[in-house]
Amino acid sequence: MFVLIVGSGRVGSAVAKSMLSDGHEVSVLDENPEAIALLNRGQDESWEDLGGSFTVGTALEIDALLEAGIDRADAFVASTNGDNTNLVIAQIAQRRFEVDCVVVRVLDPGRARWYAEQGLQTVCPTQTAIELLEAAVRGHLDGDGMVS
Amino acid sequence: MLIVGAGKVGWNLARELVEKENEVTVIESNRRRYEVVEEELEHSIQYGDGTELWVLERAGIERADLVIAVTGDDEDNILICQMASEKYGVERVVARCNNPRNLQHFELLGVKPAVSATDLILRLIEHEVPKYGLVHLLDLKEERLEIIEMDVGEGAAADGAKVKDLGLPNGSLVISILRDRGGFVPTGESVMRAGDEVLLVLDIGLEETVTRSFISPVNA
Repeated sequence: MFVLIVGSGRVGSAVAKSMLSDGHEVSVLDENPEAIALLNRGQDESWEDLGGSFTVGTALEIDALLEAGIDRADAFVASTNGDNTNLVIAQIAQRRFEVDCVVVRVLDPGRARWYAEQGLQTVCPTQTAIELLEAAVRGHLDGDGMVS
Repeated sequence: MLIVGAGKVGWNLARELVEKENEVTVIESNRRRYEVVEEELEHSIQYGDGTELWVLERAGIERADLVIAVTGDDEDNILICQMASEKYGVERVVARCNNPRNLQHFELLGVKPAVSATDLILRLIEHEVPKYGLVHLLDLKEERLEIIEMDVGEGAAADGAKVKDLGLPNGSLVISILRDRGGFVPTGESVMRAGDEVLLVLDIGLEETVTRSFISPVNA
């Protein structure tokens, strides 16, 4: 499978590395040339020596997306630090390039929920954190027998 | 009317629309900019990120007749308009397109009309410095029609020809001839002369063919 990841921050780079070690072909696009440092970190060999590819370019530029291989991607991950950028490029991947699997990171729970209803596969770290924190606090309170 | 983005465009639009007695609310996400504009617009401006649902709702998007997205970020403008029309059922949206290369994204995601200042200025330049005297007056993208204005060049096929003899392709029609500061709707018998300006309506794609009849052999 060929996976394209746009946005190589903490999240994008970690997903990229584990997809590559699973044996997939992985291409990463980021506007910052130094973002490759996160891909190299903690590996015995450099990202590119391990077979990953890295393109510098702006997410909204079709030329950059094409250079990174969007037209042959089986999966597309939108993980830049901008919710709106992610939501726009995910829709481009889905509607224009008909990528089968499109996953988009959205920090704002409101937008994440609405776009999920529109058929995008959204992942909302904020919502996940809220649920985990609630569960942790409840578990603690229940364990102490203070709140039933 | 809801305007998102109080930059030069948003602020001036708000002013004009308020003057025309519209109910206008502006949303601005930069605190400093908000404070500056608030001195003039007072309660008509709200502080917040206009791509967040609760901010849009607080500003009354559910009862807006028109949403205008004029922030400096195209992705924000696209999302604001997409949510306005698809989530909140706003009937009319207008988006500013900052980078003309992003126009295709506005179209793909159904946000129209998208207005690009760069494009508008290019059109004006085209109007002032026309190539072979061709000016686009109107593009009806949905209908796939355009209205153009052509100068009749000296010695061109159209110079001295009747409209019916010009052999214009199917899908094109001469709708008026402008001459000596006046204009008229021609018949097939009307004769065109060098120096006339001719308005034509045509199917998109016929421009090249039609243009040939009006270019002076010197320029061709």
